[in-house]
Amino acid sequence: MDLVNLSSNMLFAAFILYLIATLFFGATIREKRNKENKKEVAGNIAITITILGFLAQLTYFFTRWIASGHAPLGNMFEFVTFLGMAMVLAFIIIYFMYRLGFLGLFALPIAMLIIAYASMFPTEVAPLVPSLNSYWLWIHVSTVAIGQGILFISFVAGLMYLIKEIDQTKRTKRNTWLEIVMYTLFIVIGFIVITSAFNIAGYKATFEYQDGNQIIETEYHLPAIVSPNNGVLRSENVMEPLFEAPAWMQGEDAGRKFNTVIWSLLTGTLIYGITVLILRKRVAAAIQPLLRGVKADLLDEIMYRAVAIGFPVFTLGGLIFAAIWAQIAWGRFWGWDPKEVWALVTWFFYAAFLHLRLSRGWHGEKSGWLAVVGFGIIMFNLVVVNLVLAGLHSYA
Amino acid sequence: MNKIKCECGHINPEGTVLCEACGKPVEGNQHIDGNDQKKLLNMRYEGSARRSQTYRKSMVDKVWGFFSSVKVGVWLIVLALVASMIGTIFPQEQFIPQNAVSRDPAIYYEDQFGLIGKIYYLLGFHEMYSAWWYLLLLGLIGVSLVICSLDRFIPLYKALKIQKPRRHETFLNRQRFYSESKEVSDAEIEQVKEKLKKQRYKITEQNGHILAEKGRFSRWGPYVNHIGLIIILLAAILRTTPIMFTDEYVWVREGETIVIPGTNGEYYIENKKFHLDLHDPDDERFKDAIEQTGAVASNFQTDAVIYKDANEDIPGAEPELEPILTESIQMNKPAKFDGYTLYQQGYQENEFSSMTFKIHETDDEDAKAIDSFTIDLFNPESEYILDNDFRVVIDQYYPDYYLADDGTPASETNYPRNPAFVLLVYPPDETEPEISFLGIGRNIDATGENEYKIAIQDFDTHYVSGLTLRVDHTLIFFGIGAAIFMIGVIQGMYWQHRRVWIHPKDDGVLLAAHTNKNWFGLSKDIEKAIEQTNIKMVEDRQELDK
Ligand code: HEM
Repeated sequence: MDLVNLSSNMLFAAFILYLIATLFFGATIREKRNKENKKEVAGNIAITITILGFLAQLTYFFTRWIASGHAPLGNMFEFVTFLGMAMVLAFIIIYFMYRLGFLGLFALPIAMLIIAYASMFPTEVAPLVPSLNSYWLWIHVSTVAIGQGILFISFVAGLMYLIKEIDQTKRTKRNTWLEIVMYTLFIVIGFIVITSAFNIAGYKATFEYQDGNQIIETEYHLPAIVSPNNGVLRSENVMEPLFEAPAWMQGEDAGRKFNTVIWSLLTGTLIYGITVLILRKRVAAAIQPLLRGVKADLLDEIMYRAVAIGFPVFTLGGLIFAAIWAQIAWGRFWGWDPKEVWALVTWFFYAAFLHLRLSRGWHGEKSGWLAVVGFGIIMFNLVVVNLVLAGLHSYA
Repeated sequence: MNKIKCECGHINPEGTVLCEACGKPVEGNQHIDGNDQKKLLNMRYEGSARRSQTYRKSMVDKVWGFFSSVKVGVWLIVLALVASMIGTIFPQEQFIPQNAVSRDPAIYYEDQFGLIGKIYYLLGFHEMYSAWWYLLLLGLIGVSLVICSLDRFIPLYKALKIQKPRRHETFLNRQRFYSESKEVSDAEIEQVKEKLKKQRYKITEQNGHILAEKGRFSRWGPYVNHIGLIIILLAAILRTTPIMFTDEYVWVREGETIVIPGTNGEYYIENKKFHLDLHDPDDERFKDAIEQTGAVASNFQTDAVIYKDANEDIPGAEPELEPILTESIQMNKPAKFDGYTLYQQGYQENEFSSMTFKIHETDDEDAKAIDSFTIDLFNPESEYILDNDFRVVIDQYYPDYYLADDGTPASETNYPRNPAFVLLVYPPDETEPEISFLGIGRNIDATGENEYKIAIQDFDTHYVSGLTLRVDHTLIFFGIGAAIFMIGVIQGMYWQHRRVWIHPKDDGVLLAAHTNKNWFGLSKDIEKAIEQTNIKMVEDRQELDK
């Protein structure tokens, strides 16, 4: 078995181990009412499996590094996978600080979602372009990812706080917003499900469209609901597009990306709809009883603590190391590139979070919302800025 | 000034909320920190007297009060955040793509994004980050930072220095962590003290009242990090001055030696060779990826020699170049010399360096060369006398040929990117020339009666390397600012200021504790300290917002 294969198998193993660990963290609720020590047993098994999964993923990372000759942080797949790993690492650290197994029940599935999301991008080992060819690549990117991983824990704790504390007996603005957050997770699931399904089926449809004075070919892996602006279908026996992307969507492969968004929304909404039909209540309302045994103030504390730990790490990686590298590569440590601006936005946001908490007394629910929005900004930077507002750092 | 004397004897400055020494709430000032609304005391600034909360009459007071408000500070941050986001909706002016219909912003935004684009442009969002109001916003954040920090730091520093172990009872029973215990022996208290000491608390005592404290220095974290931020802002202002910052772009052709702009004519660069390397498409590791995406560059590199002009001081003297540095400049590997840094930034290919032409008879189907000559496109000669007695005169040379609107040929730039010539060919022993127009893909016989034809036989191209020259004396300040900022945040975030008060009463003790963050950690400390004693664990009386 060659190294690249070994590497992908280790990633798969990590994924499965996280799944098993989640089930054991689930068991820590069931045993809540039993004896204390039983709960410890389930928790200990769960964290052990999580650590094994983390080690498997580390093996994936380093074998891929050895195989390709550079740190595997060069494209969307590699970076997002690493982010998933950083999230698990952050969870492990916070677990040993607070021993709250419940956190794993929420953190691990979302981290797995991130890793699955990563796998939807091209996974081939790709060569590095000259601008990325620097050891600052891994210093900068890995520090950012770890910072974001820790901030992710604040999101998870904040989300748990909101699910636990927001009144679900009647419909309010607050639980509607909370439900929108839950629905967003379903859209990510929708993206993963539909992309994997058609990938396995090997679906392909080719379009040609004009960009400036060039004819560009773009390959769809999902049936085309929407074609590129002025696109012409070149494949046969495939679905005819229903409509054409508007003219202002002109970036690289804009039509294809728009098509993927539509499919993800449709599939996510379908899965969400089925889930709500089965549960017969809002998803957050259905989860709420699980959190009965957790203390709200502990969740609040973890949420804040994660920001307190993650903020300096993020600053170091996302702003300071980023600036040092930019200085070496381009001779300017700051260039107002969209990716840089969004790192600054994230930083401003968490600075506001800390000030509001400290000086304006924004605790509990208000902080919880901020933690959710903050992570939303991080995800925006990862998904929208990378894929839509392309800049120097654009990966895909 | 109206000093406030507390019953413990300490004299507090006007505006004090909690006595600096014993913590007793000062009547009439409780609204300042909102203590009148809540059961627990607001401990943020130890109830110290802050200028912004005390004097609010004069203009200066009002400005001071405005900028020292965290609410205002957060608003400024949020405004900067929103403005920054808006600036990324469409590309900023400098990021308008090369292949856009027009790189003129007045045309580009409307053409590309319609009405919204036009509005974006008219509002000036296309140069957001150098707009005066964006810079003003950052400046105001700086002012707010300075005033805010001064307003709080000094009184907080004093209050923490003056504090006494003996605290007023109301101070203690309005703390978040609090317990009352009965029947506690002196030995038990002694034991708690020892255990706290073991956890690296500093103990001070006053008539049996105990204060255990650790991590006070972390309270200065925010002030340290704000100093770092201010240094960064100052460095950003410094950077706008030309003495501190130079930025020049230079194109150098292979084989060319030119003066480097921005160095006062002191330094020259020679481009020996430019390399554009590609990843090997047969490389086992990358085969699949390259097949999908096409060729991937692996290296851009200029083999350069930097010269210093020894005669630079002598006006009018010919430059006398002495090589000072031979370097292969690559991306991520700039060349440094005497405070200057040169970065590999771009390149152009397909510029022509020379062209070789042949002369053949117009009727000759095989176009067999009778004679040939080579024109150096940077240094064309006016006349070429050939071996077989042909004479060629360059009548016109257009290095970068295009047909102007009025139908006359012209040159767009002085660089041989699309060379074209009007050549006068004198066959042997002829005095009347034949006229030919020659360019890439063009070969025009002006009269249609030429006996000889000229054709391009061969050409050489070269790369042009684009390099950026930077001098940035502000880097050191940014570095210092960033380092101080990091020290400050870590100091404030990874350590916490924890205090435990033990207050003996006739038949027991009051135990109260406070920390600025990480209450979980503090409760663990206390649990450990009171193990196996009669002292009750503190109760957490936090009031969480719903
Ligand atoms: C983007 C700029 C800023 C950053 C990154 C920043 C960062 C920080 C950090 C990390 C803390 C410590 C928070 C904690 O311990 O939880 C802090 C505290 C503080 N900041 Fe800022 N700050 C910024 C701007 C401002 C501004 C404009 C003001 C003025 C209103 C301000 C006023 C304060 C105050 C009063 C504290 C709390 C000190 C205390 O209560 O002990 N900050 N800042």
